[in-house]
Formats: sequence, structure tokens, C-alpha cells
Amino acid sequence: MSERYSALALARHALTGAPWRRAWRRADPRPHYDVVIVGGGGHGLATAYYLAKNHRVTRVAVLERAVIGSGNVGRNTTLVRSNYLLDGNTQFFEHSLRLWEGLSHELNFNVMLSQRGQVVLAHGPAQLDVLARKGNIMRLNGIDAELLDRGEVQRLLPYLDFSAQSRFPIHGGLLQRRAGTVRHDAVAWGYARAASALGVDIIENCEVTGFLRDGDRVTGVETTRGRIGADRTAISVAGHTSQVAALAGLRVPVESHLLQAFVTEPIKPFVDHVISFGAELFYISQSDKGGLVFGGHIDGFNNYTQRGQFPKVQTVAECAVALIPSISRLRLLRHWAGIQDMTPDGSPFIGRTPLRDLYLNGGWCYQGFKATPATGWCFAHTLAHGTEHPLIGHFSLERFLDGNGHDEYGHGNWTYRQ
Amino acid sequence: MLRIPCPHCGERDYTEFRYGGDASKPRPAHDERDVRAWHDHVFVFSNPRGPHREYWQHVLGCRQWLILERDTATNAVGTARLARDGAGS
Repeated sequence: MSERYSALALARHALTGAPWRRAWRRADPRPHYDVVIVGGGGHGLATAYYLAKNHRVTRVAVLERAVIGSGNVGRNTTLVRSNYLLDGNTQFFEHSLRLWEGLSHELNFNVMLSQRGQVVLAHGPAQLDVLARKGNIMRLNGIDAELLDRGEVQRLLPYLDFSAQSRFPIHGGLLQRRAGTVRHDAVAWGYARAASALGVDIIENCEVTGFLRDGDRVTGVETTRGRIGADRTAISVAGHTSQVAALAGLRVPVESHLLQAFVTEPIKPFVDHVISFGAELFYISQSDKGGLVFGGHIDGFNNYTQRGQFPKVQTVAECAVALIPSISRLRLLRHWAGIQDMTPDGSPFIGRTPLRDLYLNGGWCYQGFKATPATGWCFAHTLAHGTEHPLIGHFSLERFLDGNGHDEYGHGNWTYRQ
Repeated sequence: MLRIPCPHCGERDYTEFRYGGDASKPRPAHDERDVRAWHDHVFVFSNPRGPHREYWQHVLGCRQWLILERDTATNAVGTARLARDGAGS
């Protein structure tokens, strides 16, 4: 169906001028599938791919309301890392990073992983202690982490504000060299192409309008392109989890918030790493085109407008200049917002729901993009076997009932509720 | 910029206010023993795309808690009234 991408194929197309074939099939819905996945974002497409690849479940449909990759997989700031502290998160995100490291070969699609390293900064001795503890936990789990003192950070990132007047003096940082960035659109396209080649139907412009029920069992979906039956149905619709779950009569611990992201005009190579500010939630990297890419906090009240509030633009710009004074005269080229599921403890939900044969993946807060491969891997396992993959047992929808909230930062979810 | 019509102070930028979340959820009775009732009250949200009734406190103004009508799909703001006059109703 799809042709293999290689240097040889590139040369052949260059010499003959033959057009490239479509990367994935345009599919029409069939009446019944083994698994129907609602949502054609990174997570849904990755889940479909691993269902077909790891579990030989190929009668799978991915239903997308608009076009694939038009949601948060193309709206994030493209960072991947596995510097997590809490048991459960550490192993899950490391599994994800290992999958990222082999993804271009796995999918035969260049996702442009750039392991440029991420530095998380400490602006006081106590904060540096916390980073030392986190680094030790990472190393005990076999993950690379290096604690840097002020001088080492200055040698690595000399353009940060090390002056006597700096508002937030830099005391050190934690470096994960394997962290970095990925070209996010390529992730959606790569998974779509690889899943389609294994027989998965990717059906665009197909909005789910309801769920088919047989008692407490979900047997498929009603869509704008007709009724589709399924042995198992999966929801993976970041940002609109509450709306789609409500169609099945479920209320979930999720609020939808806006997260803004920014790109400056392009400049020559300058910021060679991913840098996380320690005094506020702020992170910055430089894209291959030269623009500085950065983001900060959510706007702070739940909404779906995909249009951010101006005070947050000011806060983020203040963070950027406090960290790197020399970029104060750069102009912002683009600026956008994505709708993000926020959960009470900042951790996601992956697994079964109170309804039989209905599965949920959502509530990803700030961390959905970097989790894409591991979510697909574990969610596919869960859908194939009907029980949760061991790496996601702590992401249960019912965890708050038992007092088992999974709170990486120990202060809630960075919303107004923290 | 979201602007909120405070009944005491007039229309002000939302940055003068603290957000307090969904105001339509009734609090369980104080002697409620069912854990799920408290779980649902604390952790579960309707999270509608559309009309939403919500708490805001005017921390940089009159410091009163308000109940505001806002559309979460457009951020169009309706009326605001004092929360103490009818919280949870």
C-alpha cells in the first residue's frame, strides 16, 4: 500500500519526477470493528498502531471529527523528557522516551527527534535539593540525570541572566541529556501512515454524536457518517473528554483549560537546549527554523475558546526576559492556545470506565505530547486484553475514591484549585 | 481581556479577581456519610462547553465572592451577583 521511505526512494522520485503516493488510505466506515478509537490525535493514532503491531488487532477504526493532527498534537511545544519524580510516572515516561528514541525507524517516518538536553533550573538552595533528589530517583531507575552547580550551568548556558541584578539568581540545575524535541506533526502523520499500512481505517470528518448501549455495555458509536459497531470503544479526545464522556452518560474529574504557546521571529542558532525556568512555570527551546518556542501556565479558568487572555502573554514574556535578557527585543511571530484537560492531581486517566467495553484515555494536563508513544503502547495493551497495562495501573479513573491521587508536584494541578 | 461586572465596583479586568470554579454544584449535607457523594462534589465536574455558573472573588476590589454567568465556548459574560445571596442555587 504505502511505499517505504529511503534515500533510494528519494533518488528514484527525484530522477523520475513520479509523484509520491498518499501516506495513508482514505477509508470509509465499515459497519463493525474490533476496536473503535474516538479521536485522531497523536494518542489515538499511536494506540491504533500498537494495537495492530503489538497485538495483531487490525480491524480498528480511528474516528476524527476534523482532520487528523488538527488538535493538541499540533499545538504543543514539542518537548519530550522523562525527568519525573513519582514512582509510576518515572517508569511510564522513561518507557515513552525509549519509544521516542526508536520511533523514526519504527515508523519509517522521520519524526526529527533532537536529543538536545533539558536543563531545569534551581533559583535557591532548597530548590536545588529537590532537583538533587529527583536526579537520584531518576538514576536509581536507570535514567540519565546530571546535577549542575551554578558554574556548570553558566558554562552550558552563558546567555542566561547571571548578573548581580538578576531577579531570580541561578543556583544550579538538573540536566537530562536524552530529553529534547520532536517534530510534532510528523508524529501524527507517521503513526497514521504506519497504522494504515497495517490495516487500520483512519476516518476523518466523522464526528461521534452518541454511544450505542446494551445495558451497561457500550457496543459502538453513532457518528455523522452513520452507526459503527465495536467490540471495544476507546475515547481519546484531549480537551473535549468531558463532552464525549457525557455522550455515554459519564461525568469525569476533568476541567478544560487553555494553554498558550508562542514562537518568536527566527534568529540564528542560540538556545541549544530546552530550558525550564524554576521560578515560574516557563520553558523555552529553539525550533529548527530558528524561532524561540515557549509557553507557561494555563489561563486559569475553564474554557474552550482556543483564544488566550492577554495578561498571560505578559507574564510569559516577563519570564522569558527574566531568564534571557538579550531576547527582550525579539518580536512574537505567532501565538496560539490549545484546550487542555486538567485533572485534580495533574495526572491522566487511562483504562476502563464504569461502562463495560468503554475505555478512556484523557486528563493529560501539561504532559500529553511526551506521553504519546507510551500511552499508545499501554492503551493498546489495555484494549487488547481488557485489563490495564502494569505501567498505567495508577492512572485509574476511580483513584480519588480510594485517596490514591497521583500528584507529581504535591500541590495539585496548577489551576486555581492548587 | 475578560471583564467582569462586579455589582459593587462596576466592570473590571478579570485579573482583579480570583477564580473559584463551578458554582452550580450543591454541597452534600454536612452529615453525609457516602464517600462517593463527597468524591463527586470535590473531584467531578460537569465542565460544560456553553453556559457556566461560577465563583469569582474580587480580591483587588470589594473582596466579595460573586456568582458569574459565562459561556465557556465564547467567554461571553452575563450577569454577576453576590454569592452570599444564593450560593449553589
